[in-house]
Amino acid sequence: MKLIYKELDKDGEGTICVIPEEPEDMWHAYNLISEGDSVRGSTIRKVQSESSTGSSTSNRVRTTLTISVENIEYDTQGCMLRLKGRNIVENQYVKMGAYHTLDLELNRKFTLRKHEWDSVSLDRIETACDPAKNADVAAIIMQEGLAHVCLITPSMTLIRAKIDVSIPRKRKNFPQQHDKGLVKFYDNVLQALLRHINFDVVKCVLIASPGFVRDQFFEYLFQTAIKTDNKVLLENKGKFMLVHSSSGFKHSLREVLQDSAVIAKMADTKAAGEVKALEKFYSTLQMEPDKAFYGKKHIERAIESMAIETLMISDSLFRCRNFALRKEYVQIVDAVKEMGGEVKIFSSMHISGERKS
Amino acid sequence: MTTNARIAVPQGVKPTTNVTKGFDLSQKEGYRLNVASRSESPASGRGTPVNVPSADSGDDLKFSKGKEKLDPVVLYRKERGDVREHLYMVVIGHVDAGKSTLMGHLLYALGQVNQKTMHKYEQESRKLGKQSFMYAWVLDETGEERNRGITMDVGSFQFETKHKTITLLDAPGHKDFIPNMISGAGHADVALLVVDATRGEFETGFDYGGQTREHALLVRSLGIAQLAVAINKLDTVSWSQQRFDEIKVKLRTFLRQAGFRENDVAFVPCSGLTGQNLVQEPTEKELLSWYNGPSLIEVLDNFKCPERPITKPFRFSVNDLFKGTGSSFCVSGRVETGFLSVGERVLVCPSRELAVVKGVAIEESPKQFIFAGDQASVTLSGIEMQNVAVGFILSDPGNPVQISSKFQAKIVVFNVTVPITKGFSVILHHQSLVEPAVVSKLIAQLHKNTGEVIKKHPRFLSNNTSAMVEIQTTRPIALELYCDCKELGRIMLRVSGVTIAAGLIMKIIL
Repeated sequence: MKLIYKELDKDGEGTICVIPEEPEDMWHAYNLISEGDSVRGSTIRKVQSESSTGSSTSNRVRTTLTISVENIEYDTQGCMLRLKGRNIVENQYVKMGAYHTLDLELNRKFTLRKHEWDSVSLDRIETACDPAKNADVAAIIMQEGLAHVCLITPSMTLIRAKIDVSIPRKRKNFPQQHDKGLVKFYDNVLQALLRHINFDVVKCVLIASPGFVRDQFFEYLFQTAIKTDNKVLLENKGKFMLVHSSSGFKHSLREVLQDSAVIAKMADTKAAGEVKALEKFYSTLQMEPDKAFYGKKHIERAIESMAIETLMISDSLFRCRNFALRKEYVQIVDAVKEMGGEVKIFSSMHISGERKS
Repeated sequence: MTTNARIAVPQGVKPTTNVTKGFDLSQKEGYRLNVASRSESPASGRGTPVNVPSADSGDDLKFSKGKEKLDPVVLYRKERGDVREHLYMVVIGHVDAGKSTLMGHLLYALGQVNQKTMHKYEQESRKLGKQSFMYAWVLDETGEERNRGITMDVGSFQFETKHKTITLLDAPGHKDFIPNMISGAGHADVALLVVDATRGEFETGFDYGGQTREHALLVRSLGIAQLAVAINKLDTVSWSQQRFDEIKVKLRTFLRQAGFRENDVAFVPCSGLTGQNLVQEPTEKELLSWYNGPSLIEVLDNFKCPERPITKPFRFSVNDLFKGTGSSFCVSGRVETGFLSVGERVLVCPSRELAVVKGVAIEESPKQFIFAGDQASVTLSGIEMQNVAVGFILSDPGNPVQISSKFQAKIVVFNVTVPITKGFSVILHHQSLVEPAVVSKLIAQLHKNTGEVIKKHPRFLSNNTSAMVEIQTTRPIALELYCDCKELGRIMLRVSGVTIAAGLIMKIIL
């Protein structure tokens, strides 16, 4: 994300203008914009005009609109953000108060005006505009008959494909069906891999599975690559990394991110950091249950006694519709920061975040 | 749906009667006689006792209403009265305890594997430099398993003892294949725990993290009460009685804690590689000097057959599906309760689709009926193969299994490294089904023995506690209350390759 300008009043009211550059930025925008904010951006509107003879024609016009946001929709797969709201600034084509749905687009600037910019939102703008990040990692988590192809970006884990095939088990004297099923399954995973993983961006591909599935798949992958002369795969052979996981389900990704070899490769990403923090929380809860708390009430009480070292909070809480509630959460975060504690905002799009909320 | 069924009904059975059968619950008593068309079927020339008044219609009306015309008890006696009792046994233990080798040698000693095949295995395993694995090759059939020298999926083999027919299920011992082991153990009546007596090896398998403990706990939570312990590889410690007793004492204490009754656990010294004390009387002098108990096969023969719940409504858990001959496909698995005959209709849950049974078979030999406890394969038609998956339940359409994605369960938490909190994501094992799930609510912590509520809404559950929790799965699954159906009321929770809890379904939230 690129910050164009920032104008804030003393009391926090103000506008910020940014250009989203990557799909990831849409996720940040989704977390920034809340209901009641006004957003100004370029959009396409169908305009009907009536000629003097009474015949009506409609044509599409690109225009810049400012709307007061009433509804926000986020498509996790396509990384699209749609904002629905009323027009609040006079426009040549659109009446005041008319509804419009604004699609935020990549590489087009938009201006966001909030009545109150709180510390959480400002922090997010800062992280979003920080260019020193971007360790894109792809991961294939698999077990016999089930595979997930995911992309791990700094603040999101996107499931790109899920392959669920039933493979016949080994039966006496009939091992062929099992082998055939397995080859078909590997082929499906291979196709998904080729379709969804862009090797120009991805720095590392993790293949995780229990048992020997990952080794078998890796072998299959490169045998096929040699057979079909797939240059992309062959050139990127060094990017693959085989890791152990206990199952092919999505939440096994947590184990993968804990693997010491993986940590060494992607220590700076948010996902790995979050997993580590959460693991620490659970171990404290086990060892010294009086030192770890969760749930809003417990945390509020802990703040009263100024006893928080690390606060972990899911970003979905800041996205809630209730303005007063959001304010309460922001107050919690500010209070912890004030007393010198560390605040980790978990992305609800990561595996660890799903566990938190 | 009706047309579908008509096409698929086997010749000779009137399609119309067949269709109404599962649903028409209001049939009068006398009407039963009319439905005797079954015996017209050329395939079933056995003279089914269709008009025998049902003996249990009074007290068990709830369960028998779907199958009014066949009394399962009478039928069972007729079909199975004259054959040996059939027992399913799962072989468990730590990886490399010698499970497959022990079983392979046992089968060879019983004459189930002929000398020629054994000779071939011996030659081939020697070529790979793994001659000690030659007996394991009897059960480990895929190339992958043989090359790596470990069992990966459950292998099965049927053999006969003096009084019983035993199907053994050879479970993998490696940590990563425990899901396979669970689905195998879920189909067994009794278990054989194999432990390695070699110094150091027993300790690795038994101490925290070893599979000996986890497997024993798992089979107990899966409802298996009878256990034999084969203390294997005793030849490596020159048949020392001291070692045998040491292991026996350690295991006995642990197994008692796990919930096995002392009388139901038998200990046998043996060696899978040399074949001592498997079938024949032992010849080793060192062993004979202190041991005069039964050999392994005698212990297996002494297992008691559990009561088969054949009068309950039909339930069948799908463990595997594969293409049969022709256009139809087969599912294999275990009949949990009730019975099934060829030509009946079954409801495939949780997708709630009807299918027609075109044939049933046990161990590749076609049968007319299958009963609770059988491991069988069922040929289905009228349903697409894609719409059935491992873990599905086939049930009686007149009395279907419940389907839900949320339920309450009473769980016992094992040794866990991280405590269970609200929102904890786990992998749920229910029969053959493996499904991701979330512990959505911690309702109450219970006293371990009395079951009294200690604390309502606990913050977390740590080691060795008992609790009532609510569990939510991503997709709806087919399940039953534990009090209605023990087989389908048990669950197992695992996280990152470790079993963290076992439980019983107490309430289904629709």
